[in-house]
Parts: sequence; C-alpha cells; structure tokens
Amino acid sequence: MKVLVPVKRVVDANVKVRVKADNTSVDTANLKMALNPFCEIAVEEAVRLKEAGSATEVVVVSIGNKAVQEQLRTALALGADRAIHIDTEDELVPVSIAKLLKAVQDKEQAELVIFGKQSIDGDNNQTGQMFAALMDMPQATFASEIKLEANTLQVTREIDGGMQTLKLPLPAVVTADLRLNEPRYASLPNIMKAKRKPLEVFTVADLGVTLKSHQTVVKVTPPAERKAGIMVASVAELVEKLKNEAKVI
Amino acid sequence: MAILVLAEHDNAALKLDTAKIVTAARAIGDEVHVLVAGHQCGAVVQAAQALQGVSQVLVADASVYEAHLAENFAKLLVDLAPNYSHILASASSLGKDTLPRVAALLDVAQISEVITVVSADTFVRPVYAGNALATVQSHDAIKVMTVRASAFDAAPEGNSAAVTTLDKVFEARTQFVSQSLTVSARPELGNAGIIVSGGRGMGSGENFGMLEQLADKLGAAVGASRAAVDAGFVPNDLQVGQTGKIVAPNLYIAVGISGAIQHLAGMKDAKVIVAINKDAEAPIFQVADYGLVADLFEAVPELITSLG
Ligand SMILES: Cc1cc2nc3c(=O)[nH]c(=O)nc-3n(C[C@H](O)[C@H](O)[C@H](O)COP(=O)(O)OP(=O)(O)OC[C@H]3O[C@@H](n4cnc5c(N)ncnc54)[C@H](O)[C@@H]3O)c2cc1C
Repeated sequence: MKVLVPVKRVVDANVKVRVKADNTSVDTANLKMALNPFCEIAVEEAVRLKEAGSATEVVVVSIGNKAVQEQLRTALALGADRAIHIDTEDELVPVSIAKLLKAVQDKEQAELVIFGKQSIDGDNNQTGQMFAALMDMPQATFASEIKLEANTLQVTREIDGGMQTLKLPLPAVVTADLRLNEPRYASLPNIMKAKRKPLEVFTVADLGVTLKSHQTVVKVTPPAERKAGIMVASVAELVEKLKNEAKVI
Repeated sequence: MAILVLAEHDNAALKLDTAKIVTAARAIGDEVHVLVAGHQCGAVVQAAQALQGVSQVLVADASVYEAHLAENFAKLLVDLAPNYSHILASASSLGKDTLPRVAALLDVAQISEVITVVSADTFVRPVYAGNALATVQSHDAIKVMTVRASAFDAAPEGNSAAVTTLDKVFEARTQFVSQSLTVSARPELGNAGIIVSGGRGMGSGENFGMLEQLADKLGAAVGASRAAVDAGFVPNDLQVGQTGKIVAPNLYIAVGISGAIQHLAGMKDAKVIVAINKDAEAPIFQVADYGLVADLFEAVPELITSLG
C-alpha cells in the first residue's frame, strides 16, 4: 500500500506573528519556519504504517516556492521515502491546492492519503476534505486513531461531543488530529540519509492544472487588544470584583 | 437568491449553533432556508421552523443520513446549490467536515470561521490562531462558508416556516461504526455563559472534580487546555483553543493554564477573563481582567466555599 502525505511549510507554532503596518498581510520575513504540526503527525502515522508492514511506500508532497524543500527534507528525515515539490510562487487557496494534489494522486494512485487537519497559519481546515471530494474518496477527518484491516480503514475521530468511529473502504482520505500520535525526532543519521532521498520538482504547468482566482484579501488587521486587567490579592477580593465590578456572577 | 444554512443537530434536538448561523445568514440577505438532514428528526424540523428569519425548512430524512456523514451530506448540498447564493454551516466538526467537500465539488473556495459579515461577498475571518484578522472578498458565484457560532447571537424563536421534503437520497461508502458522546448535565461549552477551565496545573483527572464543583456553583461549563486533555485528565471535547472549541462566554476562569497562543485563540473573546496561576509570569495574566497569583489547590476550594 502506498501512502501519500501532503505537507505544508508554516511559521513555527511558538512564534507570535504580527500584521504588517500597511495591513496587507502577516509579516513572515525572517521568522522561524517549520513543518505544520498536524502535517508532522500525518507523516509520523504514515511512517508507522510502513514500519508495521502495512504500507510499502510513503510519498510526501508540498506546494510552494523552493523553501518548502526544507520541510520535505524534514519529512524524509522522519521516514518518508521520496518527495514531490510543486514549485509555485503564488499564494494558493485550499481548493487550488486540492486540484494540484489531485494531479499528483492521478499519477501516484496512493491507497491512503493522510493530511494534517489544518495548517496553523491559514487555519482553514479544508484541503483534505476538498481533495477527497475531487477524488470522490470517502474521508475521516480529525482522526485520533486509525486501524487498517484488509481493504478497510477503521478511524476514530474527535468530534464536538466526543468520539466517533467510522469504517472506510480504500482508497480513502484521513486528516490527522493532535492525538493521533506523538511524532518522533529525526535522528542525525536519518537527517543525513534524507539528503540523498529522491525529490522531484514539478511546476503547475507540468501537472496540466489550470487554477482560478477565487478571492481577494482586502486587508489583514490585528485583532482588538484586550485592555490590561488588575491583579487581586485574595479570593475574597476576586469574588467581590466579579460580583460588584464585572457583575458576571 | 436565497441563503442555505445546514442545520446542526443530533436527530433529536436542534443545536443553538444553527440559530446563530441564521443570524449570520440574515446579515447577508433576507431569504434564509435551513436544511435539516438526518433520520427521524421531526423535532429538529419543528425547532428550525420556529426560528425567526427562516422562510423555508428543507428536510432530507433517511436512514443513510443518520450519522451525518460528510460524503453524502456534501452530495445533497451540491444538488441544492444551484438555487442558492450562499451555503453556510457552523464551524463545528460537522461544518468543517462537510462544507469543504461541497466547495470543491462546486469548484469554489470556502471561507472558514467567518466572524463578521461585511457585505454579501466580503467577510472577516481570523488567521494565525486569531493573531490576525483577514477581510476576504469572494469572487465565486456561490459562497460556501463556515461561521464561528460564538461571534453571532442566536436568532429568536417565534415563526413557523414552510417545510419542503426532499426525496432524492444520496448514499455513502463511509460506514458509521460507533459513537461515544460525553454526557453532562452542565451547559455545552459553546453556549455556556460561564466556563471554568483547567490546565496541566490541575495535576490529575480526579482534581478536575474541584473545578466541576466550582462550575456547578456557577452554573458553568467545564473546559480544559490541550495539555490537560493530552494528559488524559478530561475527554477531548473539553479542549478550548485554536484546534479545539472556540468560546466567548461572559466569564472564563482559567485555572492552572499558562496561556499559550493556541489556548488564547479559543477564549480571548470572553467578556471577562480570570486567571488563577501560581506563576506570576504566566502569559495568561496578560489577557486576564482579574489575575490571582495563588496555588490553585488553595484558591479553588476557597472560591467554592465563598460562593456559598
Ligand atoms: C498545533 C498546535 C495546536 C494546539 N492547540 C491547542 C488548543 O487548541 N488548546 C490548547 O489549550 N492548547 C493547544 N496547543 C498547546 C499549547 O501550545 C500549550 O502547550 C497548552 O495550551 C499548554 O497547556 P497548559 O497551559 O495547561 O499547560 P502548561 O503550559 O504546562 O501550563 C500549566 C500552568 O499551570 C500552572 N500551575 C501548575 N501548578 C499549579 C498550581 N498548583 N496552582 C496554580 N497554578 C499552577 C503553571 O504555573 C503553568 O502556568 C496546541 C499546540 C500546537 C503545537
């Protein structure tokens, strides 16, 4: 079984971003970048399937400029076998990303495609579901456990009120939630090995995909700042403030 | 053209989310329809009919819709789409699961987690865990969007909208196996006026009993940080944050929570924030209206007692 894992390069989760003064976008210049944490979990799950003998090959794919090759190498160091880079300078919306990934999948014919449930920059939570729709595949989003049995996949999902278990025929799409696994750290020898693993580069034109413009970002603004509060010295003072000043209890 | 809202329910009762999404829909245009898809969900249909501002309730009632699966829900919505300018759902697990499939099948983008309707084609949504707000203008003929329920007030009741029954049934290959939902007598996180939330500082699941007592004194819901969920103190559906529930109660009491960016993303729109933490440097104090530097194992019991 081949597993395809699309991954994204994002600003590191520990960095607090700022909006540019001209309100056109978020300032990402010189910030620490990383593999999106949910994508990292997706890669880890695919690698574990391979280690368990269920998967034969793990292919990672990323879309963006040349810099995304850094994150593809990270994924290779975590245990993926080969990488595909779709080279574009354009900021693409999830539906466009999903179309490009469809072109990749049409060639790769993976039986299982694991995405991260959302990227921590756009917070869209769309790409996996869109890809599944374009491929007409069943999906299980927000997965916290997956079990492979012959040609079906049993997936436990984190939903609003608790947990849900679904069974999907393969090929299928899964999107990873935080508790699916705890990704390993890449070892130094694996980081060295990753440098020699195959990485193919395609352009959007190579894939024969035409993309549309769907939206314009009118402006990007900072959220309203909360005004600084006060420190109370005791529980009694806290209760008094909540009752008489804030009037919330 | 009309606006379609996908109802959020459990086949037995309509969720308050839907009333909030109807308010968002009314900010876009006047004619709002609600789609109730499920199985044996007559009571849900009645509740949707009662929402002010709704002119029609579409009902797709079939056993294949019982589990609310994205695969066939999306096909059902795509079939209805030509009659609508906008398709809305709550940014809940159902909405997030289903609407991107609808958008992709319609070859349009989706706008996620809308918090403000600027006009019929322009919307505001948070990005980067709420550290920036993007105003986005859509060029797509049909706007598909999930809406953050906590950003809108619920549409009031007092209506009896017409009902249209849909006969076409769409099948799914996805099979429902089982579900375990947290049962609680406390208010739902998303709609609670007060939330008492615990973090890693709680130390154990048993210690959350203390927060439950406090919550019951206040008529509050109980929430948690990711660290508390990951440690197994409480179930996953209590997680508040960028990747958990987004809440905006009148009062949010954060106990033993440090205030990581991802946690703040889920609760910084609360009207009043209280933080109880033994570390005076904890970032949670930067967003708290009232901060108390204290050991929670002393402060929380004292708080429970002083509330009588
Ligand atoms: C991709 C991604 C998504 C994430 N999504 C979320 C999310 O949705 N929600 C979320 O919450 N987190 C999320 N996180 C995790 C987040 O970064 C933090 O790790 C997490 O919020 C920390 O939880 P905490 O505050 O409970 O724990 P800690 O940061 O460990 O803080 C514990 C606090 O308890 C205090 N404390 C300890 N003992 C006591 C005591 N006896 N009395 C008083 N105070 C005490 C300490 O001083 C400390 O401030 C996400 C992270 C990533 C990378």
